[in-house]
Amino acid sequence: MSKRVVIDPIPRIEGHLRIEVEVENGKVKDAWSSGTLFRGFEIILQGRDPRDAWFITQRICGVCPVSHGHTSTLGLEDSFKVTPPDNARIVRNLIEGGQFVHSHILWFYHLNALDYVDVVSALKASPREKSLQEVQARIRKFVESGQLGPFANGYWGHPEYKLPPDLNLLAVAHYLEALEMQKEASTIVAQLGGKMPMHMSTPPGGTTFIPTVEVLDNVLWRMKRIQHWVDTVYIPDVLAIAPYYLKYAGIGKGVGNYLSWGVFEDASFDPKKRALPRGAIFGGKLEVKDVGAKDVTEFVDYSWFSDDSGKRNPMDGKTEPKFTKMGDKKYTWLKAPRIDGKPMEVGALSRVLVAYVSGNPTVKGLVDGALKALGQQGKPEVLLSVLGRIAARALETKMIADAMVDWVGELIGNMKKGNTRTYAMNAVPEKGRGVGLWEAPRGALAHWNVIEGHRLKNYQCVVPTTWNASPRDDKGVRGPIEEALVGTPVSNPEKPLEVLRVVHSFDPCIACAVHIIHPVTNEVKEFRVV
Amino acid sequence: MLTKRGEGLTRRDFMKIAGSAVAMFGLSQAFVPKLARALEKAAAGRPKVVWLHFASDTGCTESFIKSDNPSTADLVLDILSVDYHESIMAAAGKQADEVLAKAVAGKDYICIVEGGIPTVPGHGMIGGREMLDIAKEVCGSAKAVVAIGSCAVDGGVPAAAPNPSKIKGVDEALNMKGKVINLPCCPVNPEWLVGTAVYVLTTGKVPELDDKGRPKMFYGRKIHDNCPRRTHFDTGHFVETFGSKEEAMGYCLYKVGCKGPETWAECPKTRWNSKESWCIEIGSPCVGCAENKWTDNFAPFYEKLANVALPYGDLTADKIGIGIAIATGAAIAGHAVGKAVRGQQKKEGNP
Repeated sequence: MSKRVVIDPIPRIEGHLRIEVEVENGKVKDAWSSGTLFRGFEIILQGRDPRDAWFITQRICGVCPVSHGHTSTLGLEDSFKVTPPDNARIVRNLIEGGQFVHSHILWFYHLNALDYVDVVSALKASPREKSLQEVQARIRKFVESGQLGPFANGYWGHPEYKLPPDLNLLAVAHYLEALEMQKEASTIVAQLGGKMPMHMSTPPGGTTFIPTVEVLDNVLWRMKRIQHWVDTVYIPDVLAIAPYYLKYAGIGKGVGNYLSWGVFEDASFDPKKRALPRGAIFGGKLEVKDVGAKDVTEFVDYSWFSDDSGKRNPMDGKTEPKFTKMGDKKYTWLKAPRIDGKPMEVGALSRVLVAYVSGNPTVKGLVDGALKALGQQGKPEVLLSVLGRIAARALETKMIADAMVDWVGELIGNMKKGNTRTYAMNAVPEKGRGVGLWEAPRGALAHWNVIEGHRLKNYQCVVPTTWNASPRDDKGVRGPIEEALVGTPVSNPEKPLEVLRVVHSFDPCIACAVHIIHPVTNEVKEFRVV
Repeated sequence: MLTKRGEGLTRRDFMKIAGSAVAMFGLSQAFVPKLARALEKAAAGRPKVVWLHFASDTGCTESFIKSDNPSTADLVLDILSVDYHESIMAAAGKQADEVLAKAVAGKDYICIVEGGIPTVPGHGMIGGREMLDIAKEVCGSAKAVVAIGSCAVDGGVPAAAPNPSKIKGVDEALNMKGKVINLPCCPVNPEWLVGTAVYVLTTGKVPELDDKGRPKMFYGRKIHDNCPRRTHFDTGHFVETFGSKEEAMGYCLYKVGCKGPETWAECPKTRWNSKESWCIEIGSPCVGCAENKWTDNFAPFYEKLANVALPYGDLTADKIGIGIAIATGAAIAGHAVGKAVRGQQKKEGNP
């Protein structure tokens, strides 16, 4: 007998996601992922001053606004034929890095950890350290109040929670500390960008932030504090928790195709030389292939759009919303993007794999070190899993935190040499078209723009969760989250904890992913929105 | 490093929170002990909060978790009982629905709304229900409703023309005008949100609101009138292009599009992210994101406002920039200049 289980809302993600799974003999037999909100950013952008797009598209996602802003800016610079000065490149890397570090810490401790850490079990720990005793007393007081707030009605006591009480308590203590650290990482964005979320300083052409020793010194101090915390808390926590959940190295593999557009610009502006480079991996074969914006095709066979909206590259995209009902053949506001007809997983795992297979020495060192620490030496294929996604995000955080310290030094070096240029802009062209290919913490992000009469004629985004939470395509092939869910053991369909683990491992961000379109004109007829 | 406090908030912590609060409320420091006691008393019962997400990008939640004093952990563990909040709660699906149903049945909660409400059927659903229906039910049973961020107040960016999902702010969508505390801005400043909460908890009253439902203590003054670059406006020192020496000198950003002259918010004083910085400090013109329908009313963001009178009568800003050599020192009365700024009259309800 199979049983349908619907989880809606999925908590601890950004946006509104519904997951439906069919469970048979204690395992997921089939799965459907649905985006249930759309707002219509692409339509809103049409006819506007192109320079405003980077502000507006940040509002697609309040968790990764920086990435949307930067992707938009890159696409517009492509249209404007502008290359930003080196200082602006570094400032943007620092702002992007602050957001990545913030986002990954937040994801591990506040969005994902409650799938692995039993808060109530922490009360049974017998800590010797005073600080942990105090945290335990605080949690006890909280639990005894009977008002469990955000921890109410969790799957506490579920047999799939495997950590011993002491480790649960430590993780809870670090949950609280991490609230502080994600704030610190965001503060770096604010120091260079005015505020976070929704920073203000990196329009097309460069940056409005003019570096001063005072601010950079403060950023460096804050960065070193975060770097130390990542090294001494975040990474050790992952390594401490992972052995209890090693079976998740064999769960949730998914489609086995990985895409990274690349992020953190190199001085050469070559996307293959970015700190996390561009490339794609197909069929789990550890070799990297070149990919570009032209390789993307989107399908709508299972999405609430007209038939004519499907089988198109985003540059020639069309999207006519056509809501029918939930439970129909069509079941989502997300389209199904594919490369060479293949669904692609995006995110930290994809970036780390592409960098690893490309031979990036920093990433290689980190990955091999982590595999060794977990007794999986020489077996990078275990990364193609739920546990791999968790590990990749942690290792990437360390890599970025380390790099940010260097980038501050690079910026100071430029200043010492008398290079203080921060902005170089051309006038908005009468006509133009451009693409920005970049990465958000959650994965590959692309913005297309078409300018006519100095205004945006069209604007389109293909965002990370559109890839990951994509529905089936024209051939009925499942998207990455759907595919990863198939085969997942579900011990209690009333409390599908294992399903949440698989879904959360992708760090879904649904507000980003939902588009709506609108027939517009000839070339880029439509824009999927966000 | 572990959490800074052990078993929870102490009297001293409440004093510290009260210390920041009185400054925000414009009260004398003499009120600190009284406020601290009131907050401690209110926190003992951990007032219930239900936090709803509609057509939002979760940016206001992101902003909220940057709260400093009290910190997010203090708020969630020791001051409030955040019973429903999809971005942080442990419960999923059915278990999440149960939590919400229980809260609604108790009718003893403050409802915080993040995101506007889509009014086109099918465009916004949670658990198979229309967001509009959920909003009616949950806001309707709340003791108080607080709309945070531009989206919940007036639809925000996704409600910009042509507003494809016909998204509305909470008070409009639910016919609750005058019954909602509105905290616009994109995102909401965490200090304004937490300040409002502390005010309500300590006084048992809603702070004084303007006719748009905004607390006057946070939206009663124009950014322009408190801007640290104001002197440069008054004396005609303007940034003409980013990255210039004028920008490095901290000149006024009016000519590159600053909307400070028409935006009512406490940003210059509250600042952002632990008071570490704010938009104008890093050289960006204000986009006016605390204002009603800012995306449509203030675009294009890098073009200067049309109806701002400059201290020198009908001289244009461009001429002033040149004529400044003779005019330096002539502009003195900041308040008089403020009055000369047109555009405020059309903003109903502002003094």
